[in-house]
Amino acid sequence: MSASVQTLEAMERPPVTMASRFEGELLEVSMGPQHPSTHGVFRMNVALDGEIVRKLKPVFGYLHRNHEKIGENTSYLGSMPYTDRLDYFCSMTNNWAYALSVEKLAGIEVPERAEYLRVILAELTRLQNHASLLGFLLSDMGAWGTPLMYAFREREKILDLFESLSGSRMMCDYMRFGGCRVDADDEWLARAKQIVDRFPKFLDEFEDLILGNEIVIGRTQNVGKLSAELAINAGITGPMLRACGVNYDIRKVDGYGFYPRFKFRIPLGEHGDTYDRLMMRALEMRESVEILKQAFAQIAPGPFVNSKVKVRAFRPPVGEAYGRIEAPKGELGFYLISDGGPNPYRYRVRPTSFVNLTILEDLCLGHTVADVMVILGSVDIVMGEVDR
Amino acid sequence: MIGTGILKGMAVTARNFVGSYFEKERLITVQYPEERSPLPENYRNFPFLIYDGNDQHAGLRCVACKICEKECPPQCIYIVKSDDKKPDYMGKPQFYPKVFDIDISVCMSCQICVEVCPFEAIKMDKEFELSQRERFDSLLFRKEQLSKSNGYYHKIHPVEAETVDKNLTDAAAAAEAKKKAAAEAAAKAAAAKAAAATATAEAKPAAGATSSSPTSS
Repeated sequence: MSASVQTLEAMERPPVTMASRFEGELLEVSMGPQHPSTHGVFRMNVALDGEIVRKLKPVFGYLHRNHEKIGENTSYLGSMPYTDRLDYFCSMTNNWAYALSVEKLAGIEVPERAEYLRVILAELTRLQNHASLLGFLLSDMGAWGTPLMYAFREREKILDLFESLSGSRMMCDYMRFGGCRVDADDEWLARAKQIVDRFPKFLDEFEDLILGNEIVIGRTQNVGKLSAELAINAGITGPMLRACGVNYDIRKVDGYGFYPRFKFRIPLGEHGDTYDRLMMRALEMRESVEILKQAFAQIAPGPFVNSKVKVRAFRPPVGEAYGRIEAPKGELGFYLISDGGPNPYRYRVRPTSFVNLTILEDLCLGHTVADVMVILGSVDIVMGEVDR
Repeated sequence: MIGTGILKGMAVTARNFVGSYFEKERLITVQYPEERSPLPENYRNFPFLIYDGNDQHAGLRCVACKICEKECPPQCIYIVKSDDKKPDYMGKPQFYPKVFDIDISVCMSCQICVEVCPFEAIKMDKEFELSQRERFDSLLFRKEQLSKSNGYYHKIHPVEAETVDKNLTDAAAAAEAKKKAAAEAAAKAAAAKAAAATATAEAKPAAGATSSSPTSS
């Protein structure tokens, strides 16, 4: 009997909240989930010493929608529109990652034109994601509407392109297994080319506006430093990892799609602080414009979808596959196990934002509350993907 | 020198402020609802059912095969098959939906129902001003609300509707020709007669494409 009593005592829950209340020194503050700069419904339990963050515990799950279980209960094609809702800023890249893993699973070939269309749309997605991220980051810093509105103006042009191609601005649902749903006509390509050609002008302006600004530099340099070692150990990917100087881009490493055909560089940071992360996005947009220009020059007429793929009663063979791409935020992967049925046996998302968010505490310790918002903004999270 | 970055940024703001009066590119806001930007051809919102001709019941293309109901990811479609049959656009007796409901408060506009439909019976609408006072009933669209004419489809998706119509008339003509050829081949097993039948079959699509709606004979 006494043994069981002992185990009960040993099982006594550790305090859910931080030890702050008992120490009487730290002030525990719950930031979010309705805070406007938490990018959705994200909450942080922060223990403060004056204004300095001593402990930080992310609390999430407010937007949990059971995405993976829904994916296991619906057909392979039926999961495609749900992937739009993961990272709702980048539905095109989500579609691509999912299509890629199903194509790996079922051994489907993708025609050349479809691959070019996918590259074009993924890079346009990267442009609009990075542009709006910079706008949001500046907005978090207190620059309020101006940079955000400029970024959204450019984003709107790209969303209009998405709308005229796929039918929807954000929930594109455009990719299909073995290609794309509709073909882009010459008029669309010409319009897209025009918008991409004008994009560097916006970038020049935007860089003038923010990157040399002393306040931005003061707020971001040496804030939220991330060491390359910690980034690699924690599985951080995307611009956040490259800001620490680690040369890892899945477009180069895996060479999926037609990326090996394009000439582009991978910008690398040096310090791993918030300013480097911000710069990384600005530089990546320039490289994306280069990729897009090459893609517009190379795209040739042809079939845009593999017509052998069945729309109804699509059943991939038994097996498993993991397809991953370099989404604007980092590595986005889908892991699928097929038992030969119409639904996946297991459907797993490797979300970018969620993994990148795991080191938030390490980044924020020792900084002020105001810096937490900047650091969180530079991590680039979308709660739709974090909570799924 | 400290402060130049801020001044540079302010120059950008000034350029954008002044530019918004002169350059269309810098001011893209549209004063909805007085002004409206045109919807692109591919725009999609919620599905609707197509009927040929003028009679909503007789011309309904849907044959209640329930494929869309099964494939719909959020399962917002509800269909009850009829007991009797009515002739479809090819003259073949088919079932029709006794009940066809779409809960557009659940629908996520993914277009999968359109892609899986083998009869070109369900298409995407462009209507987007659908706010209602009630939460439940008024957002559950019944068959009568969902049925819209082929002319309406031509109006909202002109290019897509042309190809659909052409496919349908081609299919109808091919089926007609096949039926004819089979009947003639059965009646007289002469090879010359069969060749004449294929010649009429080739002439048929050109005649069918000129009429705006598929023949229901």
